[in-house]
Parts: sequence; C-alpha cells; structure tokens
Amino acid sequence: MKLLRLVPNNTNFDFLRIKVIAFLFSFIILSASFMSLIVNNLNYGIDFNGGILLELRSKKPNSSNINQLREKISTLNAGEVSIQNFGKETDFLVRIQKQEGDQKEQIAMIEKVKSLIEKDYTVRRSEFVGPVVGDELKTAGIYAVSLALISIMIYIWFRFEWQFSIAAILALIHDVLTTVGLFSILKLEFNLATIAAILTTAGYSINDTVVIFDRVRENLRRYKSKTHYFIYNKSINETLSRTVITSVTTLLALFIIFFFGGAVLSDFALAMIWGVIIGTFSSIFVAVSLLTYFNINKGEKVDDRTNVPEYEREN
Amino acid sequence: MKSLSKIRLILIIASVIIGILYATPNFFYTSKQVQSFNFLPGKKINLGLDLQGGSYLLLKADMNVVFAEKLDSVLSDIRSLLRKSKIGYKKLSIQNDIISFQKRGASSNEKIRSIIFSLDKNLIVENKLDSFFIRFSEQNKNNITKSTMAQAIEIVRRRIDETGTNEPSIQQQGDDRIIVQLPGLDDPSRIKKLLGKTAKLTFQLAHPSIFPEDLDEDSKAPPGFIKLQEDKNPDRFYMINKRVMVSGEMLKDASPTFDRNNSPSVSFQLSALGGKKFGRVTGKNIGRAFAIVLDGKVVSAPVIQTQIFSTGQITGSFTVQETNDLALVLRSGALPAPMVILEERSVGPGLGKDSISAGKIASIFGLIAVMVFMLLTYGMFGIFANIALVCNIIFIIALLSMIQATLTLPGIAGIVLTMGMAVDANVLIFERIKEEFNSGRNILDAIEAGFQRAISTIIDANLTTLFAALALFSFGSGPIKGFSVTLMIGIVTSMFTAIVITKYIVFLYSKKKDFNSVYLQD
Repeated sequence: MKLLRLVPNNTNFDFLRIKVIAFLFSFIILSASFMSLIVNNLNYGIDFNGGILLELRSKKPNSSNINQLREKISTLNAGEVSIQNFGKETDFLVRIQKQEGDQKEQIAMIEKVKSLIEKDYTVRRSEFVGPVVGDELKTAGIYAVSLALISIMIYIWFRFEWQFSIAAILALIHDVLTTVGLFSILKLEFNLATIAAILTTAGYSINDTVVIFDRVRENLRRYKSKTHYFIYNKSINETLSRTVITSVTTLLALFIIFFFGGAVLSDFALAMIWGVIIGTFSSIFVAVSLLTYFNINKGEKVDDRTNVPEYEREN
Repeated sequence: MKSLSKIRLILIIASVIIGILYATPNFFYTSKQVQSFNFLPGKKINLGLDLQGGSYLLLKADMNVVFAEKLDSVLSDIRSLLRKSKIGYKKLSIQNDIISFQKRGASSNEKIRSIIFSLDKNLIVENKLDSFFIRFSEQNKNNITKSTMAQAIEIVRRRIDETGTNEPSIQQQGDDRIIVQLPGLDDPSRIKKLLGKTAKLTFQLAHPSIFPEDLDEDSKAPPGFIKLQEDKNPDRFYMINKRVMVSGEMLKDASPTFDRNNSPSVSFQLSALGGKKFGRVTGKNIGRAFAIVLDGKVVSAPVIQTQIFSTGQITGSFTVQETNDLALVLRSGALPAPMVILEERSVGPGLGKDSISAGKIASIFGLIAVMVFMLLTYGMFGIFANIALVCNIIFIIALLSMIQATLTLPGIAGIVLTMGMAVDANVLIFERIKEEFNSGRNILDAIEAGFQRAISTIIDANLTTLFAALALFSFGSGPIKGFSVTLMIGIVTSMFTAIVITKYIVFLYSKKKDFNSVYLQD
C-alpha cells in the first residue's frame, strides 16, 4: 500500500531565513487585531454584557420572515434588538439589550417577548444574564486566560530554560491576541464558548511548541559544535512531519464540528480552526524564531555520553 | 522484552473490559433499556441541560434586606434591655446600618457596653462621650448569611418539590447564591413566580379609627403603626398596628379553596400555639378589622365577626392559579430573604435533541475521518493508532460515566477535538521510531528508543495542555466546565493509550517473523 506523505522525508527548509517575513506577518495581524479592537471593540454576547437571548423557530416553515419578526418585536420598545438567522432559515436568534430598571423588569421582558411571538414561533432556548453576572464572567475569563498562561510559563521554565519559557509565552500571547482580534474583525459574538476556544487553542499551540522545543533541547546537546541557527532549523525540520500530521487530524475534527456540529458550535469551531492554524505557525515562526535572540547554553560536555549513542555522535 | 509481560497484557485487557462495561449503558437510548442491562456496573453519563432541555436559574439572596431586619430586632432587644436595667436613653435609631443612641443619666459606659455585648459578643460597639454606635461585625454578617442560606435552600427546595418538577438540583454557590437546575422544564416562569415571593404572612390589627378612606400617599403613621399598600390596588392604604398577632411560621397547612361567594381563596390551619394566640386576640377585638399582610402588602382586611381559633380563610381578588400558588408558598414557609434572579438559561427539548444528533454525527464523522487519515498515513501502524483511538474513546465515555460527569454540547465538541488531538501521541511515537530506524538502528532498537524518547515529549506536551484545561475548569460554569472535564479526561486517556496500549501492540507486532518494515522506511 502506498502511504500518504504530507511532508517529504528529511526536509531541510531554512525556516529561520524567512523569520523577518514571518515577524512582519505577525506584526500585521497583531496590528490589525489591535486596530479592530479599538475601532470595533468586541461583539460581546449576553454572557458578558448582560441581556436577553432567545432562539426561535418558526412554526410555519414557509412563511417565516425576519422583517415580520423584527417589526413585531420592535413594538415592545425594548431598546437595542438584534435579530438574525441562525443555522436554518426558520431559526432566528433574537438578542435584546439589558433593560432599564431592576432585575424584575429584565425577567418580565422575556415573558413579554414570549407571549408576543408564541403563536408563530416555538422558543427553543431563552437566556437572561444580569449585568452583575456578566461583569463577573468577564473578570473570571480574564483571570482564567492569565492563570493558564502563567502556569504554562512556570512549567516550561522548570522543564526547560527560562529563555524557552519566554519565547513560548510570547508565542501564546500572539495566538490569544490574534484569535481575539479575529472575533473583533469578523464581528463574531464573543461569549463563554469563545473563552473555551481560546484556552483550548492555547493548549494546542503550547503542545506544538513544546514538541519542537523538546527537540531543540535534545539537539542542543547532540550537536554541540553546530550553530544555534542550524540546530533550530534542524529541530523544526525533524518535527515537521509530526506537526503537519497532528494539525491535519485536529483540523479534520474541527471542520467536522464546524459543518455538522450545529449552529451553536460553529463559531466555537471557527475560533479553534483559526487557533490551530495560527498556533502551528507561531510555534515555528514565533517561538523558535525568538529563541535565536537568546544565547542558550548547550549544556555540559558530560551529558554527551549519556544522551547520545556512540554511532550518532557527530563530534 | 519487559513490555511483553503477561501482567501488562492482563492489565490492558482488564482496563479495556472495565471501560467497555462502564461505557455500554450510554449506547442505549432510554433509561428503561438501561435497566434491562442492570448487570452492568455503570450508569449513563448525565446529559447537561443544553442537551436534555431544561432550565438553569442563578438566584441571589438579597442579604441587605435580612441584615436590616436583623438590625431592627437588635434595636428592639437593646431597647428592652436598657429599660429592664433602668438605663435612660434617647434618640435610639438606625441610620446607615448603624444603631445609635445617647445615654441619659449616670450609668457607666462600661455597664452599657456589657449589656449590649450580652446580646451578642460579636457586635461592634463604639462610643463617643454619651453616644453609642452599634453595628454588625463581619462575623455577625457571616453567621446571618450562613443560617439564612441554609434556610433559603430548604424553602426553595420545598417550593420546587411541590410543583412536581423532576429531579431538580438546588445548590448553594458562593456565599449568597443558589443554583437551581430543572431538567426537562423549558419554561420556568411558574417557578420564577413562586421563588419571587418571600411569602412572609402576618396577621396584624388595623388602626381602630384611621380607615383606608382617610389615607393617601402622604399620610404619616402614628407611633406603633405603619402604613401599608393594598396588594392589588396600590392607591389604597391601610394603617396597621406594628405588632404581629400571628405569623406564617404558625401555619400548619394551607390549601386553595373557594369562599362563600364562590371566589377562589386560601384556607389555612394554624398550629396549636398559633391558634391559641389568634383566639385570644380575636376574642378581644371583635368588631375591629385585622389585616392579612403578605410580603409587606395588605391582601385583605376583614372585620373580626367572632372569635377565630385555628382555621380561617384568606380572601382577596384572587384567580384560581394565584390561590394555588399562594397556598403552596404558605405551606412551604417564608423565604428568609428575597431572591433576585441573576441569570436564567432555558433550553427546549427540540434544541436539545437537535444538539444531541448534531453531536452524534460530528463524533462519528470525526472518528471516521481521523481513522482513515491515520490508516493512509501510517498503514499498519495507523491501524494500531486506530485501535488505541477506539480504546481511548471507550475510556473517555467510561470515565465520564464513572464520575457521573455532565456531558454538554461543548463537551461533545471536546470529545471530537480529542479524537483529533489524541492521535498526536501516536504520531509522535511513530515519527520517532521512523527516525530511529532510518538512522541505522535495527527495528527492535528503533522501537524501543522511539518510545523512550517520545514519551518524555508526550508528557511535557500534554501536561502543558492540561494546565490550560485546568484553568478552563476553574473558570467555567455549566457547559464550559463540561468541556474542560472531557478535555482533561481526553488528555489523560490519550497518554495512557499511547504509552501503554500502542506500545504493547507495536512490540507484539515487531516480534512477528514476517515483520514488514516497509511502513518505517523513508
């Protein structure tokens, strides 16, 4: 049987030669993310902003009309209302801003909308998040992402050298910021699931980075006479096949969630698809490229004998 | 070779069998079908509310109201203690949650302080010259919050149980919050209404000479009296004696009924003690009106015709549903604090079913896609990786059932994602074996070295991912927590399957005489 080869064997690409171009690319997407965050901000969902969300399905599949629904709900004077199709033509997502007054009025608004559209639509989902909870979730989200970054940094610091930990964490921050930026640029709803996607992406990206770093560490000991530049390139090339294969299997799974997982999960999957792609990119072009700016110790000579079998030693 | 020991094989087979036993019930749809498999050890995985449909409510007890009430009762305790000890005082009042008064006469400050501390030693008492300031300490507030919440959860549970909702879950969260989960109930409006009433019921005498007709918004209450609104008619006021004749705690039972005019009403029965008290007061006040006060509003104010003992009726302009609900909340007792709804999420059964089927399709397609890809990439080794992948999924399902975790839609996404990421450990191992083999080692050495080297990478890489999942767990509520749990379990099981199961199969295969190294060559 002829096996599938995504990456040719014994590749010898000079990844680091294009590191300037890669940095430029990172710079551009990071700036775009920041610009968009300043101009567009994030399209916070009710999880963070508070408010009301209803998912409706038309009882009469053929005559469902978004404008009709819009008109109907506008009679409630509920302030800012957004209505969009959700997955299917008969399904709608209605978002209503948080109402003036206390909690009771918020809750009452749900009942008002429900009784207004009861005749023509079934309510598939209804959510209300009070402003207090929204603010708490925002804080908790920032806290969780920071906690993840810090604990990862400390772990890598212990297992590798501090230079690795800094390079890895900068690569991770790069991934997190551009994923947030993507949500801002595409104006996708930023909600609890997005935080989950960002953290999972961070987990995936760090996994990728650690695999390459692991090889860098090994090669630093093995090829003591070679330059760091050579060693970094070689490490990327040696792990390239694994990097690509794992990205492909993960992306396969994610695209399947995107297409078949239903409307609720599609944004979630999209965030992670981006995250896997950018995470793979950053492991090679951000994390390893950053290592070139440090002069990492290649370890003591004594290690040589124990780590590398005789026939593999080059010097 | 050490790895081929019998013990290892037995352990692998045992773990897979246990996994299958625990995972099996999940593949039968209804719980009835599961019952016919009751020889199996496990239960099904709990489905989250987003999959089975249901409602989630996050309630907060308004503790400020409770603190104010308790401070009020501290104030009256202080008043009666000072009187009893014959200590003069003036300007005894509460402002900004602080009780203050000035002493009159020559009593020593120390004596007054010790009298106040005899009430509760945790109170904070400050005094400047003749003025005293008393407020609750954090300790006081914590104690009050604790006992209030314990009681509140009990009452919330009773009220929800009375509605006949299936398997509700009621838990405290943080200091002053309650999470209510109601599987299968997609419209929680009745529950919300029931929990929206504290249902503090009191019977109090009305003022003998000031009638509703004499009162408007600006009327002031004479000492010892309080002006209260009518429940159904906010423009009508009553002047009510502050002293409570009988309160809701003395109710034994309440049920919806109809009065003589055939309009819906609630009949109640008082406890022996309550009946005695009620009888005494009503006996003395025939001809006067008394008010039935619910949550600070007057429901009705009938005139006492005869002495009433233990049974009576509450009439007002009620609907049948209202009398049902009123009877229910009276029976279950008053909430010690008003409840505010902070968050509400309800999912209808239709969406839940759609989500389950979308999740199933995504899982099956995901599994097939990854398996086909692995087979195409690694040939025979791909088959090994696929065996490990299937074991991995069995383990994930089994562990989720064992710890009775809650599977949510993001959780299903977590499983599908794990399928993609789980093969990573195998990929790392195979790539390493290939490398070792192509650098001139013989096949057995290459396999040995490949595993040995790959494992340290696998552990480093997975532990860092685990940190991200742990952060997610600490942050998450509901669905997100479910996602992080599946992710964590997936990381652990994929490490186990790669390091133990794949290794065993590969070693077993490499010992065969017709071992074909074609899959390893460049």
